[in-house]
Amino acid sequence: MTSKERQMKGKKGQITGKEWPLYEVFIRSKNGLAHKHVGSVHATDSTTALEAARDVYTRRQEGISLWVVPSREITASDPEDEGMLFEPAKDKIYRHPTFYKIPKDVEYM
Amino acid sequence: MTNKNKQMALVEYAQRLGDNSLILGQRLGEWCGHGPQLELDIALTNFSLDMIGQANLYLGYAGEVEGKSRDADAMAYLRDELEFRNCLLVEQPNGDFGQTIMRHFLFSTFQHLHLEALQSSKDETLAGIAGKAIKEVAYHVKFSADWVRRLGGGTPESHQRMQTALDNLWRFTGELFETDGVDALLLAEGIAVDLSALQDPWNTAVQTVLKDAGLRLPKGQVVVSGGRKGNHSEHLGPMLAEMQFLQRAYPGLDW
Amino acid sequence: MTKSGKPKSTTAMTESITGKDSPEAKAFQKKIDADITIEPKDWMPEAYRHTLIRQMSQHAHSEIVGMLPEGNWIGRAPSLRRKMILLAKVQDEAGHGLYLYSATETLGISRDQMIEQLHSGSAKYSSIFNYPTLTWADMGAIGWLVDGAAIMNQVPLCRTSFGPYARAMVRICKEESFHQRQGYEIMIAMAHGSPAQKVMAQSAIDRWWWPSLMMFGPPDADSPHSAQSLKWKIKRTSNDTLRQKFIDVTVPQAEFLGLEVPDPDLKWNKKRDHYDFGEIDWDEFYQVISGNGPCNKERLDARIKAWEDGKWVRDAALAYEQKKQAAAA
Repeated sequence: MTSKERQMKGKKGQITGKEWPLYEVFIRSKNGLAHKHVGSVHATDSTTALEAARDVYTRRQEGISLWVVPSREITASDPEDEGMLFEPAKDKIYRHPTFYKIPKDVEYM
Repeated sequence: MTNKNKQMALVEYAQRLGDNSLILGQRLGEWCGHGPQLELDIALTNFSLDMIGQANLYLGYAGEVEGKSRDADAMAYLRDELEFRNCLLVEQPNGDFGQTIMRHFLFSTFQHLHLEALQSSKDETLAGIAGKAIKEVAYHVKFSADWVRRLGGGTPESHQRMQTALDNLWRFTGELFETDGVDALLLAEGIAVDLSALQDPWNTAVQTVLKDAGLRLPKGQVVVSGGRKGNHSEHLGPMLAEMQFLQRAYPGLDW
Repeated sequence: MTKSGKPKSTTAMTESITGKDSPEAKAFQKKIDADITIEPKDWMPEAYRHTLIRQMSQHAHSEIVGMLPEGNWIGRAPSLRRKMILLAKVQDEAGHGLYLYSATETLGISRDQMIEQLHSGSAKYSSIFNYPTLTWADMGAIGWLVDGAAIMNQVPLCRTSFGPYARAMVRICKEESFHQRQGYEIMIAMAHGSPAQKVMAQSAIDRWWWPSLMMFGPPDADSPHSAQSLKWKIKRTSNDTLRQKFIDVTVPQAEFLGLEVPDPDLKWNKKRDHYDFGEIDWDEFYQVISGNGPCNKERLDARIKAWEDGKWVRDAALAYEQKKQAAAA
């Protein structure tokens, strides 16, 4: 069990133990791009987590917007379910435009 | 008033601002590698870097106005204690994290008000520096005020430590608003900030936070001052001895 | 997702029963061989997890302890520019330690547990940081040699098999590129400076050269974990290969500075197309690793003091948040 999973066991927003809880940090590097996960910080609450994320992860102007999320709030899929979850999409090739044959003379499609 | 007087006053004024930033930046740098938590270690170093960056600009400008080819480094490294113009508050030792945060809160609340006004100074260079620095300091104010609240309201131990820090530092805050001929001269020119006008907003801002933190103002303390005239506490000398060591021991070299 | 609640320790127990040849273990090695990155929730052999925790936390501790020798000169940096550079560099080391602790935490150990291991002496850190910084030239030599060696060690780690470690290393390598350059800049200024500065510069290379070579670890033949780490692609290049590469690129840099490398056996070997170099004093290395270096005690004492002095702050912040939550409830 990872520490993140261990923390998930606590009630939502509740502090357990002596260590500051873990927050995951996401940065939008510029407008037009999505927030991307960059790492984590320890903080007692979301305000200090944002400050720590700013102090730690944007020292070189890496971003213009930050998200912090308590690590325990993230629900992740199990790698063991990878087959069940993701492989069924593999043969549904009709979802991709390349599946269809359109005569060359037809334009703009 | 002669141009010469104005020039000398402006050098002095830029030194006051630069020395405040320099000395506080040097103090904060002592925390690097010794903070109570990695995230806070990094935050304090950010503050230090902001401060030294400001000092570099102010002192560079002081040298430029003076016109004796002293650059920011000459100002920082080759003046002695009596020539330093910082207020006593910023040279006080770091103490514990609580004292450092309290010092930073008291000072940066003042600094922010000061920079706000300085942005509309008729001196374009000072106004420009203020415009840049105010963004840094706005964050310092928020961060340090939050931590004063947090530590004031945390545990009985943290509360006691914050009260001790306040009791220890409060006597140095009166000096922040003292004015003299330099202020008067440059105020008339539209260059300097009217310090007396800052005292009320500062008191309101500081006392709001202290009240949230459950801390009480010390009573009956006498204002201690003199830093601006070069009459410092005993804490500045050893700090300058450390800071200036290489430039003093090996004069005139590039490093 | 019925299995999502299954704790990892169960799979670990299964593995210890079934051993190396279990289907999971074979599938794992197949993924490694195919250069598929391992992510935290993926199945992994317990030994892989432990090796990573050991190596990554050791790496994180090295960054944090490594702040101290350079921190010794922040107050005395000879110009405002140098002071800001040094502060930013030492702060980067704090950041890098933090990135690495973060990455290690995905393996099921908390940062506090790792710090506890450092303070109790059960976790190691790079022995290089147990040497004292005596002059300003040491700031140059650390950037040039120590960071130079570190970068050479770290670049291959950007492709290490564990995802969070590799991602942290990409970020770290990107940030560290200025560290070596600022160090070399200091060396240039001093090696081309006054006679006193030249003496400091030479003394710095004299004292930092051999410990820098030791940073690559023991010779491959004596490196207990190397073979398995290479097989798991935690490590991507052997100690000796990296050491040789470091010497080959660094010696010309020393020549440019006009400084002498403190190794009488150092000479270019045309046949090998590499520098030959003298015997490394591995006794010294093991002495320093086991706690008997010049500054081991000071470094650990400083870390423990910072941690203990900070306890009331960490506790108060938690207590404050708990009160806030209780009030809101």
